Amino acid sequence: MKINKKILGGVAALSAASLVLAGCSSEEEPESTASGSDTPAESSSDAIILANGSEPQNPLVPGNTNETGGGKIIDSIFAGLVYYDGEGAAHNEIAADIVVEDPQNLTVTLQDGWAFTDGEAITANSFVDAWNYTANLDNAFYNSYFFEDIEGFSWDEPVEAMSGLTVVDDLTFTIALNKPAADFAQRLGYSAFYPLPTAFYDDPEAFGENPIGNGPYMLAGEGAWQHDVQIELVTNPDYAGPRAPQNGGLTFTFYATQDAAYADLLANNVDVIDGIPDSALAVYQDELGDRAVNQAAAIFQSFTIPERLEHFSGEEGQLRRQALSLSINRQEITDVIFEGTRTPASDFTSPVVDGWSDSLEGADVLGYDPERAAELWAEADAINPWTGTFQLAYNADGGHQAWVDATVNSIRNTLSIEAEGYPYATFAELREDVSTDVIESAFRTGWQADYPGLYNFLGPLYATNAGSNDGDYSSADFDALLEEGISNGDAAARNELLQEAQEVLLQDLPAIPLWYSNVNGGFSENVSNVVFDWHSVPLYYEITKN
Amino acid sequence: MLRYILRRLLQAIPVFFGTTFLLYFMVFSMPGDPILAMFGDRTPNEALYNQLVAQYNLDQPFVVQYLLYMKDLFTGNLGVTFSGRSVNEVFADAFPVTLMLVTMAVIFEFILAAGLGLISGLRAGKFSDQLNLVVALVLNSIPAFVAMFFAQYFIALGLGWAPVTVGANATWSTMWLPALTIALTLYVVGMRLMRGSVIEARSADYVRTAYAKGLTSKRVVPVHVARNSLIPVVTNTAASFGALIAGTTVTEGIFNIPGIGKVLYDAIIGGEGPTIVSFVTILTIMYIIVNILVDLLYAVLDPRIRYV
Repeated sequence: MKINKKILGGVAALSAASLVLAGCSSEEEPESTASGSDTPAESSSDAIILANGSEPQNPLVPGNTNETGGGKIIDSIFAGLVYYDGEGAAHNEIAADIVVEDPQNLTVTLQDGWAFTDGEAITANSFVDAWNYTANLDNAFYNSYFFEDIEGFSWDEPVEAMSGLTVVDDLTFTIALNKPAADFAQRLGYSAFYPLPTAFYDDPEAFGENPIGNGPYMLAGEGAWQHDVQIELVTNPDYAGPRAPQNGGLTFTFYATQDAAYADLLANNVDVIDGIPDSALAVYQDELGDRAVNQAAAIFQSFTIPERLEHFSGEEGQLRRQALSLSINRQEITDVIFEGTRTPASDFTSPVVDGWSDSLEGADVLGYDPERAAELWAEADAINPWTGTFQLAYNADGGHQAWVDATVNSIRNTLSIEAEGYPYATFAELREDVSTDVIESAFRTGWQADYPGLYNFLGPLYATNAGSNDGDYSSADFDALLEEGISNGDAAARNELLQEAQEVLLQDLPAIPLWYSNVNGGFSENVSNVVFDWHSVPLYYEITKN
Repeated sequence: MLRYILRRLLQAIPVFFGTTFLLYFMVFSMPGDPILAMFGDRTPNEALYNQLVAQYNLDQPFVVQYLLYMKDLFTGNLGVTFSGRSVNEVFADAFPVTLMLVTMAVIFEFILAAGLGLISGLRAGKFSDQLNLVVALVLNSIPAFVAMFFAQYFIALGLGWAPVTVGANATWSTMWLPALTIALTLYVVGMRLMRGSVIEARSADYVRTAYAKGLTSKRVVPVHVARNSLIPVVTNTAASFGALIAGTTVTEGIFNIPGIGKVLYDAIIGGEGPTIVSFVTILTIMYIIVNILVDLLYAVLDPRIRYV
């Protein structure tokens, strides 16, 4: 993916021109079904939907899959207690009822009659055992952190069975949390919480290669996963849940580059793709017309200035952060650099989650106001005169250079200081310096939500000593509001408190919000009913072939 | 002859150790923490992080990691990827695809180089020769990836003559376009060599003799001129075979071909030491073998060359 960005820098114009040509040729045959494709377009519901994907980085086990390549497959072949609809609202899938007794105790009742594709009935133990296995430190699963709020979870020693999970009967279990988390029920749609059949524990390795699920789809048979090439899924005939497939199956082709996937889309060889290569960002909406997708996603982009840097602590730091924020012309950068595929941020979350607001008190600090910025910077200079160069670190393998350059230019011009981008060759290198507190500059940060809730954008990032608090921010006011919010059982009241907490952040700017990423994708002439959900993935089960 | 082959094979041993050691050292010194990168913007808990680091032996010093790797290598075990697949298996899946692509490309390259070179050489200075040289100059000046995009967008997407991407159907008939494109960017050197030796051969004594004894050019050109002129072209083509096996990353990316280049690129981005070292090691060995074969081919084509 990244190599092509480098390559494409020089030939963007070339491919843009050739894309126009390709666009014309496809318009000439408006009624065509399956033009140039070798898949016959059956207009029945048995048709296979072809989608883009990438080779899963881990065996296909829900608790150990934390990237989108494997995630799309896992979400298609497994069903959990709840599922999220396109807007991110949680609905019961296997759960008959989830009763939140209080912010620390939940009782889950399952519907009767669910089974894995190997025939094993799904009981409370299918969930509890899977969760205990995923949470156990010995198994070193990537998604273990999802269970850290459950009573009995430990980062210090392996725990076989968390004391907070109690099986009441075959279809009922209770969850006790070690701290209030009123939105816990909302989290249960994430793949870490999916159940596992006993076949998994017999041979986890074999299971990861040929997973046995309970979702709307299942693997097309032994060897359906052709590594580095594709994976074939067919509908699960026994699935009777709310995500009933409107097609006959899914084939995910693992593309090496987004460019290849996009070229295939133009040729109608792939039905739906959830990424557009940089080279085509400027033209794809013209190319695809109403088959182009450009909508907000649950991804928040920012940059962080650690508290420990010279000039960025105390009152001086607060003034400087505000001045920097006011000196960035977000609208212009999203329009020019990103061709309108980003939306300027107005808070610390994302427009797709419930409780997002563009009118928080103090949100004007995210506007572009060069005079006010210069004033605040001068005030900070009065406390302690500015020295040195403002640097913004980024990973050069992720296509960030253009906006970083634009951002530091905006800062340089507004505040009349030296400002520059500071590239790290790889993402791995940047994260190492960030997480070990070695980095001596501001750095880019971003967050993609695990579940559609405000708290997920705030708690893990800005609470004192939180795991991903990269800037080592600590504010008693913020912590108190966050705590109060997450303890409140009423969703509306909870969101209100979390918005208040964000107003503290808007003062302190532990991270400087930039924009929300959009999901950019498209679909072919062969399919309809393509809806991208809150976390940028198409709802594959709803897609129909024309 | 046998002694020569043996000596060449023995030479390969230090090359083998040298490359694995150097490679391992370079991968080991690659900056950045692959485990951290796997968590994206989320910082993993320290306990979990340590567990994972230990699982992949990343906490051991360089020498220990290298020796562990060599131990596995000599038992035929190339290690496992981060996703738990055996590297042997990954290689076995990806290699045939790349081999098919490269073989096809090399055949195209040879036909183009020998054919066009012969025409040019026979008609040196005439219009067809000039045209040939100009076309070759243009093709040689186009970077390979630009040619790939051109071919993909105009020939595959625009005209529909070839599949836009290859994906799961990696067969001779789906990969002809990338193979031909590779050949077109490579044949130029071979063509110039062919042209040169054809011109030289035409004025050589044995060709004049052949004509003098009454043979027609129908017989002289293929048997006397072409055969002797092929030697440098064969060497050149065979050398590009070795280089291509490891050098199709860009092509495989653009046409989505599930071969060595694609897998190797993913491994480099993911910081997967064992995969990178194993792949490159195998490629090095193959490169050595191909070179030995080329040297032997020399002797077959040109009886004047004999190894003692």
